[in-house]
Amino acid sequence: MPLIEVEGVGHVYGAGAAARTVLADVTVTLSEQRVGVIGANGSGKSTFARLLNGLVLPTSGRVRVDGLDTRSQGRGVRRLVGFCFTDPDAQIVMPTVAEDVAFGLRRRGVPKDEVAARVASVLAAYGLDGHADHPAHLLSGGQKQLLALASVMVTEPAVLVMDEPTTLLDLRNAARIAEVVAGLPEQVLLVTHHLDLLDDFDRVLVFDEGRLVCDDAPGAAVAHYRSLMAATP
Amino acid sequence: MTPLGLFLPGTSPLHRAPAGLKLLGLVAAGVVSVLLDEPWQVLVALGVVTVLYGVAGISLRVAVAQVRPLLWIALGTAVFHVLVNGPARAFVVVGVLAVLVLLAALVTLSTRTTDLVDAIVAVCRPLRRVGVDPDRVGLLLALGIRCVPVVVGLAQEVRDAQRARGLGASPRAFVVPLIVRSLRHADALGEALVARGAEDPVPDEG
Repeated sequence: MPLIEVEGVGHVYGAGAAARTVLADVTVTLSEQRVGVIGANGSGKSTFARLLNGLVLPTSGRVRVDGLDTRSQGRGVRRLVGFCFTDPDAQIVMPTVAEDVAFGLRRRGVPKDEVAARVASVLAAYGLDGHADHPAHLLSGGQKQLLALASVMVTEPAVLVMDEPTTLLDLRNAARIAEVVAGLPEQVLLVTHHLDLLDDFDRVLVFDEGRLVCDDAPGAAVAHYRSLMAATP
Repeated sequence: MTPLGLFLPGTSPLHRAPAGLKLLGLVAAGVVSVLLDEPWQVLVALGVVTVLYGVAGISLRVAVAQVRPLLWIALGTAVFHVLVNGPARAFVVVGVLAVLVLLAALVTLSTRTTDLVDAIVAVCRPLRRVGVDPDRVGLLLALGIRCVPVVVGLAQEVRDAQRARGLGASPRAFVVPLIVRSLRHADALGEALVARGAEDPVPDEG
């Protein structure tokens, strides 16, 4: 598994009087295959996830993935770290299903024949092979999230970061996404409010008001998070 | 729901024709359209377009859906020309407009977006010398096509929210949230594009 190193990271949105600290002094090293991230809304967990592939750069400290610094080697980091957003509609950039899956490969200059083969293979693996030429916007919510995941995984990232991928889905579709994620051999960092998804994870981080307040096995971390929520008025 | 101007899979000769050739045909049709001056000529052009839709295996219902958004513009144009230039001229102007829109829609309905993008990128490649990035132009085209159903969906959501709150048909209560939501979507889309490698320069093929 690639080593993710977060060293003394802080992040502030805005400047001057409007400055808002969303992360403060976070230091953590991640090498496990399954890492969960939980916390209340606004706790900094989505910003933490975005730091890992350089979508957000730290205001202080540094983030390295497999030795690559997100600040100076952002493109290299993004090739290693795939990112799945909460709302698949914002992630789907091409009009049809197959074209969207092919997007990342085409940007990397993969030959057309290889693109077609890899797209067909990934669509079959995610149960979307019957929808290849369908307009992406006509898919169901669950299918859109599967498409978003397929579009990321076709580029074969070493790490997959998912920011609340099941929040907009019903139970059945959330379970389908969880099943697909569970079968991935890649390192996965999952930000979620669905605590049951983390049962089999190796490690869970709990964020509260921009700070990493707990780093433990799923059972202990979830218990810590519940006690935090119970204590907050 | 009929997708407006989105690719409809098929195996017709039009589907198999190269995207560049179809775009060239569209440009030629635009040039020829300025020569149409008589109602019978417009009728012939509409006949040709109907035949082309038939060849592509695209139904009349889908064809009509392509020109439906033009209804109010066509109506206004027709009324103006009837009053100023007479009914024959009104028919010619509105007819030519419909022919061109139907042809443009036929190109997008029978061509994969990636093929269109590739053709546009190839055409724009010489412009690299004057600082134009052809891949960006292609990406812009693809995003434009992709964003049509997204904005239609956002507009529907805003309209539903208006109705749910009993606001009726208030233009301001419709336009402001639609713009805000569209900008938010654009922001999220930009982030997704970076995450998916859109900032990487595309290596030349070959």
